Amino acid sequence: MDFLLNEFLVTGDPLIYGAMVSIVLVSIAIVFVLTYFRKWGYLWREWLTTVDHKKIGIMYIIAAIAMLFRGGVDAMLMRAQLTLPNTEFLNSQHYNEIFTTHGTIMIIFMAMPFLIGLMNFVVPLQIGARDVAFPFLNAVSFWSFAFGAMLFNLSFVIGGSPDAGWTNYAPLAGPNLNPGPNINYYLLGLQISGIGTLATGINFMVTILKMRAPGMKLMRMPIFTWSSLITSFIITFAFPILTVALALMTIDRIFGSQFFTLTGEGMPMMWANLFWLWGHPEVYIVILPAFGIFSEVISTFARKQLFGYKAMVWSMLIIAGLSFLVWVHHFFTMGAGAGVNSVFSVTTMLISVPTGVKIFNWLGTMYKGKIRFDTPMLWSIGFIPCFVLGGVTGVMLAMAAADYQYHNTYFLVAHFHNVLIAGTVFGCFAGLTFWYPKMFGHKMNEKLGKISFWFFVIGFNVCFLPMYFLGFMGMPRRTYSIEPEWMPLNVISTIGAVLMAVGFLVFVYNIYYSFRYSEREKTGDTWDGRALEWATTTPVPFYNFATVPEITGPEAFWKMKQEGGTTYDKENLEPIHMPSDSGVPFIMSAFMFVAGFGLVWEWMFMAIAGLIGILACMVVRSFDYDHGFHVSVEEIKETEEKAREGEK
Amino acid sequence: MKNKWGKYGILLAVAFLLILTAGCSVPVLDPKGPVGESQKNLIVFSIIMMSLIVIVVMVALTYMLVKFRERPNRSDEDYDPEHEGNTKLEIIWTVIPLIIVTALSIPTVITIYQLEDPPQSSSDKEPLVVHATSADWKWFFSYPEQKIETVNYLHIPTDRAVEFKLSSADSMASLWIPALGGQKYNMAGMETTLYLQADEAGTYEGRNSNFTGTGFAEQTFDVHAEPAEEFQNWVEETKQSAPELTQDQYDELLAPGLLQEMEFSSTHLEYVDHGSMDGSDYLIQRHGTEAFEDIPALEGGEDVAND
Repeated sequence: MDFLLNEFLVTGDPLIYGAMVSIVLVSIAIVFVLTYFRKWGYLWREWLTTVDHKKIGIMYIIAAIAMLFRGGVDAMLMRAQLTLPNTEFLNSQHYNEIFTTHGTIMIIFMAMPFLIGLMNFVVPLQIGARDVAFPFLNAVSFWSFAFGAMLFNLSFVIGGSPDAGWTNYAPLAGPNLNPGPNINYYLLGLQISGIGTLATGINFMVTILKMRAPGMKLMRMPIFTWSSLITSFIITFAFPILTVALALMTIDRIFGSQFFTLTGEGMPMMWANLFWLWGHPEVYIVILPAFGIFSEVISTFARKQLFGYKAMVWSMLIIAGLSFLVWVHHFFTMGAGAGVNSVFSVTTMLISVPTGVKIFNWLGTMYKGKIRFDTPMLWSIGFIPCFVLGGVTGVMLAMAAADYQYHNTYFLVAHFHNVLIAGTVFGCFAGLTFWYPKMFGHKMNEKLGKISFWFFVIGFNVCFLPMYFLGFMGMPRRTYSIEPEWMPLNVISTIGAVLMAVGFLVFVYNIYYSFRYSEREKTGDTWDGRALEWATTTPVPFYNFATVPEITGPEAFWKMKQEGGTTYDKENLEPIHMPSDSGVPFIMSAFMFVAGFGLVWEWMFMAIAGLIGILACMVVRSFDYDHGFHVSVEEIKETEEKAREGEK
Repeated sequence: MKNKWGKYGILLAVAFLLILTAGCSVPVLDPKGPVGESQKNLIVFSIIMMSLIVIVVMVALTYMLVKFRERPNRSDEDYDPEHEGNTKLEIIWTVIPLIIVTALSIPTVITIYQLEDPPQSSSDKEPLVVHATSADWKWFFSYPEQKIETVNYLHIPTDRAVEFKLSSADSMASLWIPALGGQKYNMAGMETTLYLQADEAGTYEGRNSNFTGTGFAEQTFDVHAEPAEEFQNWVEETKQSAPELTQDQYDELLAPGLLQEMEFSSTHLEYVDHGSMDGSDYLIQRHGTEAFEDIPALEGGEDVAND
């Protein structure tokens, strides 16, 4: 009992009691609703065991929006503390936990899953595939992400949240200076979800390279698919570094090794290097797919081909390559010497060149276009000036000698929010509103969409522009108390944050409102689209394409619309081979959660039990001789006729 | 059209911020020494270059949105859906950024190398050596030549370079005195060097800018820059009036927590060099993990001492 109250549960803070009560209430409500409407079976059959890339994509996005809410609440709490610094709304420890979870959740459990969700839904449709290359593995990816995120989120009511920043630098996060379960949550939460991300990287690499429709050469692929392919390569090369770094620190903390410790000649600085060797490519993992989305959206709503397709592809490839050569710019102040700092300054600034090419090519795409201002386009247009601002301040930060003054200040905080929100978050919102009709069969309401856009984008600038000045005034990041002269700008910043929160809430309300009132889509081609995903019917049948068209050039669907062509060629229907659903990914990931929780608390019996469970699931899978099933021609005909009624 | 208003809004906000910050101290843009000065010059140069880029993009974007938006009565003459690129233009907007990057790289690299050495303006004098050691959550400043040590405050002579020897007894910190120039990390088990110099007498704020846990926000110190004679007087006075720092007392001070300003007539450097691999576990040997398990409510600290 003593252990339960003093160590296991986080006690003593009214905010956390409130959170506990709401978690319990929401859980009870979910169980009640599922039982009352007898939806347990439906949930298991249609969602928990699915290997359909479209459903997995939607689950990713739902989870990401939930995490955006959690991370956003963290942000609001921080803003509240910095606006009322003397009231001790949050104490130092609580503030430290909150900025740590805010950063970790936003990057690992919001930005990446959101984009991976969009990739999941869209990429197979864009390349004319019926699922990803490894559907079972795809389900493992999602569930390991979901259980990793759950483990991480559990920390704030059970045991205490990680409190060493999302970068989790040693030796602060090491066993000497930070005993207790907190940091273990970070290590294992990221490890479990990282396995899923790595698998996603491999999966999409193979999917895009091997499963394209006949005739779709690499240089005929839609640009979003290109961005996903490049992202998959970055994931596959960068994530193993994170996996190893996390494992080493886990061993340090749980089994007493001394890789990053102060004792035994450990090398704490090695952590910073390994972390950013993964961490910088990670930045491009969450920005390149967003670039892909903007390219698709701008070209669709300017009603023009993408300007300079080849340059767009090459610039992404160059960015991906450079992303592995700049990691030291995160710690110019470590004293690596003038030579090292000079090299990394220059490589970092070089990234702005291909990025600049992309910006101008987007402008070029609008040139001689006929621009419509639907919500996805608004997010994309808003992205350009906001992101350019983040980009140029990035160049300023890249200048190592000047960086000594910006490092660890609000200038830096302003910069990376300027690129990550304007780039990734706007990109996610643009992508979601763009593909929403394909996912759910109706558009999101335009009026609400515009309201949420304006609140969010204005709030965003009001929130983060003052922070550049706060940096010049000497305000360090991660501080829970502020000097009186920083007060006015912090208040403005908080006003901006509130506007952003309103924008987010309107966005979420829009989902509900559109579900109730939006007109249902009658055709599959909502926006007069250009890539193959719009060639399918809405809703998309589970096999995606009844027949896969022959691709003769870029912008496959645009061409099909001009030259005729269909994804339902009645004469050439053949039975379609589809993968079977499986409960193993869900169960296996649940065991990962058990093993992770055991390791967090150093309860070896639980960790070992979990590991045995994981192994057992692998064995079950190895002896699984189910090679899927075939959809009969009659069933395809029936489905397609029904789906295409609206077109006639 | 609405989008244009959004942009005016941004410009207005920037102007508003400039007015708002006019009365406040902005140490990074108003440095008091040559190191901060060269960094400020670099910053101002880059802001000018970057503003050009921002303006070009804003103007081009506005032009595209106004000229090529869908509107009634627009002729289809300037609508060209097959328009797929322009190699000449693409080369131009690859080469111009390359030129800008080069223009920024050259002064950057020069300044990086400059900052590795003591400032030119005081090359006639030997730099004053100060060992700055951080420990959770305070600063020890040892003057090996003067054989004195201070906690959480610092006296330096003006017009003479200060050579900081940085290290840490535990977590990684970063010594930052914005009014004098940029920062560098303090790390356990290694020593880094940072040169700063004050040209104007005055009291400047210094802090640890790198997150180190519970007491991080309070890990600040005052820098008193004063003419050489005054500095010398302060040294003499401290030597005479301050007590010696015994190893026991030093070990006690290392325990995680906040401290008030203190001064001693000897340094801790005789007991341990945190900047060497041998010294990297000195604190852990003495305070173990237990000291970090339950951090007591923090009291005292530099801010308190100044009130």
